[in-house]
Amino acid sequence: MFEKIGPSGLYAIMPRDGGSDGLVVLAAAETGAPAETHAATEAHGGAGGHKEPFPPFNSATFAGQLFWLAIFFGLLLWLMSKVALPRVQNILEGRAERIENDLAEANRLKTETDEAIAAYEKTLADARAEGHRIAGEMHEKVSKEAEAHRLKLEDELNAKLESSEQLIAETKLQALGNVRGIAVDAASAIVERLSGKQPAANDVEKAVDASLAA
Amino acid sequence: MAAANDPIHQFQIVPLIGDGPIAFTNSAFYMGLTVAVITGFLMLATSARTLVPGRFQSLAELSYEFVAKTVQDSAGKEGMKFFPFVFSLFMFILVSNLIGMIPYTFTVSSHLIVTAALALSVFVTVLVVGFAKHGVGFLRLFVPHGIPIFILPLVVAIEVISFLSRPISHSVRLFANMLAGHITLKVLAGFVTMLSAGLGALGLLIGIIPLALAVAITALEFLVAFLQAYVFTILTCIYINDALHPGH
Repeated sequence: MFEKIGPSGLYAIMPRDGGSDGLVVLAAAETGAPAETHAATEAHGGAGGHKEPFPPFNSATFAGQLFWLAIFFGLLLWLMSKVALPRVQNILEGRAERIENDLAEANRLKTETDEAIAAYEKTLADARAEGHRIAGEMHEKVSKEAEAHRLKLEDELNAKLESSEQLIAETKLQALGNVRGIAVDAASAIVERLSGKQPAANDVEKAVDASLAA
Repeated sequence: MAAANDPIHQFQIVPLIGDGPIAFTNSAFYMGLTVAVITGFLMLATSARTLVPGRFQSLAELSYEFVAKTVQDSAGKEGMKFFPFVFSLFMFILVSNLIGMIPYTFTVSSHLIVTAALALSVFVTVLVVGFAKHGVGFLRLFVPHGIPIFILPLVVAIEVISFLSRPISHSVRLFANMLAGHITLKVLAGFVTMLSAGLGALGLLIGIIPLALAVAITALEFLVAFLQAYVFTILTCIYINDALHPGH
């Protein structure tokens, strides 16, 4: 055992009974022989009441230390496992749960946003298609009306053209009739002047017709 | 003088209340203080229960998630059964180490019996869980796969010895680190007072060197306080993983 051998704090390993047999001096190199004799006298004399063993190896304190260590470490173990650690665990789990929930909520909101965007885009596409359809219909309607208008106008013009042509033909026929009468009159007057005799109206008319037909 | 400069004095266990083997000592007081600090910190930090954590709540959550990740990385999902145990070990060692960094306090883990008890509690847990879960199959832990039969006895012997020495290395590592660190600090700080007392103004001037060293070692000791708690924890996780999945 370590035992105190002097006031300067030197320790020697010596038998528990403090006997001089097998004496080993720890600090022999430093202090040399005097320490040994000093230790020996101290051990033998036991004077000064300095015979305290090196504290960590003083077996007299072992029982007390073990007793209080068992009580306090047991208490610590109980406090940690029953009170303190569950509290910390509670906090950590609560936070992890909260983060998880928030992440789930964020994901849900993101999905909703995506859906809203998709719906908006669909509405936009629908509106665009509707616009195209209306524009097409309008165009068709307008062009149909224009066509109808054109056809009506053409019909009217055709009718006018026809009536005009008829009028021209009538006028022409009438004029031609007048030409024949004038021609007959002129022919009978020419013949009368030349021959002195009035030709038969029949002959003159025949001759005029023949010449008109030619 | 002797008590002021004695680097060992800080490890002395003195009874505060009562007498006899189970008197309430300074060691017991700092164990209780450690438990109170851990519990008080966690309860206060989580009292607001805010969604966006404040500084203290962040720290509480950080410590929870740090240990939880360590357990899961080393021992898998199954290991989470031992999470309160591992968390308690980590916080107990870390907070007692940090309290020990305050001058004039007592460092609980600078006593081998305390670290040995903690390491043995892990060792016993591993044994109990290993045999309860796998029965004799837990012994597969000592028989690695793909080893030629003629060197198998040697390998098994080495595995058994290394398994049995686990609680020793597990506890001595923490104990020795805390003990050595605190002795170093005390010795360096003692040099400053001894130099100034012995050499006067000149000693005070020379004393700047050990003082600077003491400051630097203090920073290192804060790292060691955390690191040793972490090492103890991660080894605990690895040992528990052996209990859960002994077939390498």
